[in-house]
Amino acid sequence: MIRLLLSLMIGALVTASQSAAQNGPLRIEIDQGVIEPLPFAVPDFVPASAAASDLAKQVARVVAEDLSGTGLFREIPASAYVSRVRDFAAPVNYEDWKVINAQALITGSAKVSGSNLTVQFRVYDVFSGAELGAGLQFTGPTAGWRRMAHKVADAVYSRITGEGGYFDSRVVFVSETGPKNQRRKRLAIMDYDGANVQYLTDSSSIVLAPRFSPTGDRVLYTGYETGFPRIYVLDIGRVQRRALEQQDGTMSFAPRFAPDGKTVVFSLTEGGNTDIYTMSVDTGQTRRLTSAPSIETAPSFSPDGRQIVFESDRSGTQQLYIMPAGGGEARRLSFGQGRYGTPVWSPRGDLIAFTKQSKGRFHIGVMRVDGSEERLLTASFLDEGPTWAPNGRVIMFARESQGAQGRSALYSVDITGRNLRPVRTPDGGSDPSWSPLQN
Amino acid sequence: MSILKKILMIGALVTVSACTDAGRLGGLGGQDAGAGAIVPGSANDPASPAYFNQTVGDRVLFAVDQSTLSVQAQTILESQAQWLLTNAEYSAVIEGHADEQGTREYNLALGARRANAAREYLISRGVAGTRLKTVSYGKERPIEICSEESCYAQNRRSVTVLAGGLTS
Repeated sequence: MIRLLLSLMIGALVTASQSAAQNGPLRIEIDQGVIEPLPFAVPDFVPASAAASDLAKQVARVVAEDLSGTGLFREIPASAYVSRVRDFAAPVNYEDWKVINAQALITGSAKVSGSNLTVQFRVYDVFSGAELGAGLQFTGPTAGWRRMAHKVADAVYSRITGEGGYFDSRVVFVSETGPKNQRRKRLAIMDYDGANVQYLTDSSSIVLAPRFSPTGDRVLYTGYETGFPRIYVLDIGRVQRRALEQQDGTMSFAPRFAPDGKTVVFSLTEGGNTDIYTMSVDTGQTRRLTSAPSIETAPSFSPDGRQIVFESDRSGTQQLYIMPAGGGEARRLSFGQGRYGTPVWSPRGDLIAFTKQSKGRFHIGVMRVDGSEERLLTASFLDEGPTWAPNGRVIMFARESQGAQGRSALYSVDITGRNLRPVRTPDGGSDPSWSPLQN
Repeated sequence: MSILKKILMIGALVTVSACTDAGRLGGLGGQDAGAGAIVPGSANDPASPAYFNQTVGDRVLFAVDQSTLSVQAQTILESQAQWLLTNAEYSAVIEGHADEQGTREYNLALGARRANAAREYLISRGVAGTRLKTVSYGKERPIEICSEESCYAQNRRSVTVLAGGLTS
């Protein structure tokens, strides 16, 4: 029986129903306490057709990268194998995998027929000598082979941790080139791991802070196309955008969708004063939620749509507040030393991620929704703009380096503060927004 | 144009045009004619945008996380107002900017405060509000790129950008 305790300082991670359904001998308990990554083996998948021989290897590699990339798993290299998997249907010889201490074994096959690829896989708990869950198969266009690999990895992750995965997801972000005083920005979308980058706008005007819709089909962002910042909604599939309604002489920015996908919460500045409003995407009807001379911005809905977390300098410095979704009295969340901004509600509902400035440094942190158990996950010259992985376990953010040559890059970190790693992008990157899991 | 250059130019102007009232560069009407022949449209043509940008001063600077106007900022804005009142065919967009030490959204809002502070001052000096738009760039358009206070101080600014005539 394998038990691997992984640290999670904040919160019970697995709901009772999930854990009951998923309890098996091979299990990573993502919980307080550490922390040896679980050793696994993913031999090349078995090609079930000649045309699939390359893909069979590549799919297995992506599965391995996904799992290793979490920091929760460690791959046993193929050079250590004492046997090979030549037949996906044949029984596994557990002893061959025990001797190399592969606690989990993932086998699979890949078959190309026409323009489609079919991937089958099985997960084994080596030391229990049993399969973990049933074998599964995915079929889809061959061009989408990476997505199928991510789906395999999501299933493995989910079976072993008891939590939802996050590999079959995308990130929309601002791709950046050029020096600080001539920076060119354009919207880009990519797989969560940096693969398949596509550009959604050109760099002729500034674009900022894209945000996914709850179903991942649209993106809100702030653009300067007219010379003044305003909010656009972009249909990803058709790469078509339109500006949301805006009154002359005002400026709008910091949009995010409500969980219903029909309402946008955003900041509107009029006469130098910035407050929070909601707007119906379809009708353009707006509703003002705050009316204070202070700066109210960076709003983010709770997953149930009932509350909004935002930042305000009404106390004199930037701090975090939560108010009802229709506006009304707000309660202050952050009381620590320093300034708090860009709050984002976790998709699980339990935590708020934020950017903190303190003593000349920037941090990405998380706290509970009552403001307790603040925990800083990163520290650098300039970290900002957290976004949650679909399972609420990982945060992606932007890190800008110091000085005249400074550039911005995307990073991810676990909510334990472990596994800080750069996200591969072709150029610089900022303002990431993580999609929900794809269907 | 770098701020240093601008300061040098302002200094030069003060030196040659001793007849303007001391320290106040807003005096219009060709007091600097003694500096040489006026080339229309050039920086020594008091009706030119170049004169506005370089001699009057198109920008004012702000303290960290502040949008209040210093005495120096008010002096420059006073001169801007005089120029705009004299050259009524121009409108302006006032840009608000912040340094990089802040989160993106907050800096947009802070830049808007700065631009608005400059706009309100110009209006208080008689410039019609219809001639003055504002926009905030937050920390998106720094002019100086080092990560030190010497650069930050130049980046925390509002810039009055003339638009060529009311009809444009």
